[in-house]
Amino acid sequence: MITFAIAFASICFGLGLLFNLWRVFNASGVTDRVLALDTMVINIIALLVLYGMSVGTGVYFEAALLFAMTGFVSTVAYCKFILRGDIIE
Amino acid sequence: MDQIFEILIAGLLIAAGIFGIVGSFGLIKLPETMTRLHAPTKASTLGVGGVLVASMIYFFVFEDKLSWHELLITLFIFLTAPITANFIAKAYMHRNLTPKDMPESNTARGWATYEDEAETQEPLMTKPKRP
Repeated sequence: MITFAIAFASICFGLGLLFNLWRVFNASGVTDRVLALDTMVINIIALLVLYGMSVGTGVYFEAALLFAMTGFVSTVAYCKFILRGDIIE
Repeated sequence: MDQIFEILIAGLLIAAGIFGIVGSFGLIKLPETMTRLHAPTKASTLGVGGVLVASMIYFFVFEDKLSWHELLITLFIFLTAPITANFIAKAYMHRNLTPKDMPESNTARGWATYEDEAETQEPLMTKPKRP
């Protein structure tokens, strides 16, 4: 039963990733693109954890944690660049 | 006993998957950037939170090891999601809106992000376009 649930959740998050990709290509402004990329990072974290569950190792949590951190930092850096034209002043 | 945990984990995973796809679908369905901010920052964090809690229970019950990484990731995402949403909203406001577009602040002063000190710090490329 858990195998089917993992497959269902993986399909859902994979479809979500495709929606995000569509939004990255068809964005109405640069902030919209940043938002879509941020959502992509969140979906990828969920996919990594699901894959770790289906394989049965805890190694993928480290990767998910790294993804969460770099995703946050890159989103903030993008927004700072849009706002100020510079990242570190 | 294992049956109950299996049902619990499967239910959490399915709820998380539905939340995740609703969040990403809202990103392509809602009409403009400020409304689009709403969908992913709420629904996707709930979706990821559901997946992480399910994996925590799974590894505790079926693999006999309690790992706190999931809780750490959940906490990190819950802390950072409002900050990124705030940054994106602020960037959008400074690029596309003027103080006239904003609703009343109902205080003696206007909106802090459009005040003189903030304006002088802005570089030229991000100054709001005055029609």
